[in-house]
Amino acid sequence: MSLLDVNGLGISFGGLKAVDDVSFAVKPGEIVSVIGPNGAGKTTLFNMISGIYLPGRGSVSLIGTDVTGTAPNRLAEMGLSRTFQNLQIFQEMTVLDNVLAGYHLSERGSVLADLLSLPGMRRRASQARAGAMKLLNRVRLDEKADEIAGNLSYGALKRLEIARALALDPKILLLDEPAAGCNAVETEEIDHLIAELAAQGIAILLVEHDMKLVMRISNHIVVLDHGQKIAEGDPATVSRDPAVIAAYLGTEYKEPAHVDG
Amino acid sequence: MAGRRKWISLAVLSALIVLLPLVFPSGYYYRVGALVFVNALSVVGLVILIGYAGQISLGHAGFAGIGAYACALAPEHLGLHPLLALVLGAAISAAMAALIGRPILRLKGYYLAVATLGFGILVSMVLTNERALTGGPDGMVVSDPGLRSLLRDMGWRVSGGEFWYGASGFVLLVGAWLALNLYDSPTGRAMRALHGSEVAAATVGIDVPRQKLRAFVISAVYASVAGSLLALQNGYITPDVAGFMHSVEMVTMAVLGGVGSVLGATFGAAILTLLPQVLTVFAEYEQLVLGLVMVLVMIFMPQGLLPSIAQRLKGRNK
Repeated sequence: MSLLDVNGLGISFGGLKAVDDVSFAVKPGEIVSVIGPNGAGKTTLFNMISGIYLPGRGSVSLIGTDVTGTAPNRLAEMGLSRTFQNLQIFQEMTVLDNVLAGYHLSERGSVLADLLSLPGMRRRASQARAGAMKLLNRVRLDEKADEIAGNLSYGALKRLEIARALALDPKILLLDEPAAGCNAVETEEIDHLIAELAAQGIAILLVEHDMKLVMRISNHIVVLDHGQKIAEGDPATVSRDPAVIAAYLGTEYKEPAHVDG
Repeated sequence: MAGRRKWISLAVLSALIVLLPLVFPSGYYYRVGALVFVNALSVVGLVILIGYAGQISLGHAGFAGIGAYACALAPEHLGLHPLLALVLGAAISAAMAALIGRPILRLKGYYLAVATLGFGILVSMVLTNERALTGGPDGMVVSDPGLRSLLRDMGWRVSGGEFWYGASGFVLLVGAWLALNLYDSPTGRAMRALHGSEVAAATVGIDVPRQKLRAFVISAVYASVAGSLLALQNGYITPDVAGFMHSVEMVTMAVLGGVGSVLGATFGAAILTLLPQVLTVFAEYEQLVLGLVMVLVMIFMPQGLLPSIAQRLKGRNK
């Protein structure tokens, strides 16, 4: 059974169909990438799946449950986690606190316990802290745990967002351009991390402009153009698809390695 | 690290409360000190609302009014002990905050400011106009809680000023402890997270409206208890306690001292309570100088007095 089912999803902004009738599915442990030129509707699609935008048409199912229009915090409880293309870091908080925020669902208790600093709260918080340090170690940020997040480099913040998203122990992870703005070494690290996560059984839905990365790690690719799905399939099939070449790889594809946006 | 900061803040605060009386030239200063602590208490509440959760309120004096008049009215009409009246006032404030917070906290920025302002004005209008109950703008007498005579019976003679200095200082310390506990707890982290990014907070599972409401209710209880203490120590209360100027004063104290820190808030409350007393040498220009000081602080120390000073000291040590 698939973990995520997207069915005929669509949304319009003032007459413009930003996403129109897009369907696909993601299975556990599978890496599905959504590609397409800038403005194709990739991030909009992510925002609908993660509950930030209310879809105009179609439906989203998570583990067989219809979750169309469900609030993001409820989706998080059901095992969906994401990162953002334009970083959404808690800038004023420390690096560790950012990841701890990702442990909110497992460390939260009664507000009274928090005010009185009761042992139960402290136990939950220290468990979360141990987990958070492990995740920070995994993205090589453990030495910066006590620094204010806003002072970190762009590449480090990208990794911090991934660590925070992983803190939820998600079943499905939506990564919106995790390698954007990262150098070759950092990109390779993210590449490894994503493969590891998929091997653990986490379903990955990825938006990425780095074609080398996408082609290397994806099991399945969905191609969007002007909000519509124009092709899907495994990397080899998609890269040969004439519609894809025409819309994306062909006439406009000038920089093979890296396109920011 | 955060844990150490908590105990340092509490140690500094306790030391100040205990040691300051050693340099008091007269008994009058106990009164001033008690007033500083009461103001600081409501400002610590605002640190939770503004500093942690990033929400604004220009109507928190309304809750102070509820707390104050609960202590004035409940003993007289319900026969409650003034201390139970304080608890009742806090409960009413919490319920009121939960009720109005739900719709109001959907608003952001200046819309939220105006909506909370409306609430504050509403409370102060009710207190001013319900003359039969509240005595209207002339205010009303608050009965003595009898705690001082209780101490006397135990053989401990303290003046009114000394008693309220100690009592308010103790409550402030408890309030600061709770606020500092909250800061480094799951709830406090959730509040600070939504302050940083509501979208990201929601995607990590934080129920944003619920956490905002918690901050609003908790800060309302702080303001209410502060209002109650003010009524009890003055023995007299007027609707000014719920007035718009009092709300503005609270927010100004919080921002001036440093809205992110509990100690800073206390510092801001102290400055803004003491400055007018010092500035009386400027006679009619008092308000002018006060305004000037605030403008200068905001221009040169936008994070507030205490955080800016702390940062400068840290920089020098490096």
